[in-house]
Amino acid sequence: MGAQLRVYRQKIKSAQTTKKITRAMELIAASRIQKAQARVQASTPYARAITRAVSAVASHSNVDHLLTTEPEKVERAAVLIFSSDRGLAGAFNSNVLREAEQLSELLRNEGKDVVYYLVGRKAQGYFTFRHRPAERIWTGGTDQPLFETAKEIGETLLEAFARDASEGGVDEIHVVYNHFVSMMTQSPRVVRLLPLELVEGVEEPPVPGARIEPLYEFEPDAETVLDRLLPVYVESRIFNAMLQSAASKHAATQKAMKSASDNADTLIRDYTRLANNARQSEITQQISEIVGGADALAN
Amino acid sequence: MAAPLTVSVVSADREVWAGEATQIIAKTVEGEIGILAGHEPLLAILAHGEVRVTTTDGSKVVVDAAEGFLSVDNNVVQVVAGRASIVA
Repeated sequence: MGAQLRVYRQKIKSAQTTKKITRAMELIAASRIQKAQARVQASTPYARAITRAVSAVASHSNVDHLLTTEPEKVERAAVLIFSSDRGLAGAFNSNVLREAEQLSELLRNEGKDVVYYLVGRKAQGYFTFRHRPAERIWTGGTDQPLFETAKEIGETLLEAFARDASEGGVDEIHVVYNHFVSMMTQSPRVVRLLPLELVEGVEEPPVPGARIEPLYEFEPDAETVLDRLLPVYVESRIFNAMLQSAASKHAATQKAMKSASDNADTLIRDYTRLANNARQSEITQQISEIVGGADALAN
Repeated sequence: MAAPLTVSVVSADREVWAGEATQIIAKTVEGEIGILAGHEPLLAILAHGEVRVTTTDGSKVVVDAAEGFLSVDNNVVQVVAGRASIVA
């Protein structure tokens, strides 16, 4: 067998092996999207109930709460970035990191210090490579986020928010994550988490036929209820972002692995053609050698 | 009899129980509270403990709920808890 032919055969083999792997990863990701989406769905009743309760309290009492008041001057802003633990997900992580960079630049132009809170090994890697400090990092478990992690993140952020900027606290908190739009599209999204912008019932003239919001009885009282509700609300927002990010990650992996498998197919086809050519020309050469040799002997 | 209560018990990651009930007894930070149909709108913080639901067919559902709250509005009762699980 000719040297050229052997090289091509080797390349075909390697492309085939790679394709098997990417194919398997594609299928795994596809099955995980379903699960991740189901988890997003399952957490919706909770999120909806909390949002309703918060807006009920907010529209019924004129309670000023630390988490809803705009600070007079914002000195430090926190950026919470949701990346993934594993790569091989196309532009998933670079999208969210680029979005975070743009946000940081915007914040810095407004004269704010930016501190980072990171979720996922990819964001951690990005920051350590650039020797940039991060306030706190959570890794592991981005594929199947737990509510406990969301709670922990929420508590850390709320604690930082409650502290003064001069003591290392922050005055506002932004979240950057990948939003799951559809199987084909995941778009990075930036949301300001704190201070909360409550969707309050603005004083409008009552629309005829509209349901009048009931007057709630609070137990123990409106302040305490709001005090307990808002942190929970924040945690549920964080948990939702984590679930969205997980679903997006699986969708991005599936897409990336599908195109990798397709590329492997193309490679295999091209190399097979080249290998066939090489084999054919080898045979042609051998025949002409034999014919030439026979001719030389006959004369 | 008044219209039954529409009850849903949700935890952070799923809906634990949903259905119709005649009575709910929950433990709030102030003490136990019983809710029947036609209760006034209420928003209460739950203490860690059991929420007992009597369904319309008379059976009982007991849910262990922690870190949550209870809202009653227009015969719709929502028990929202960070962690919740059915005990019996």
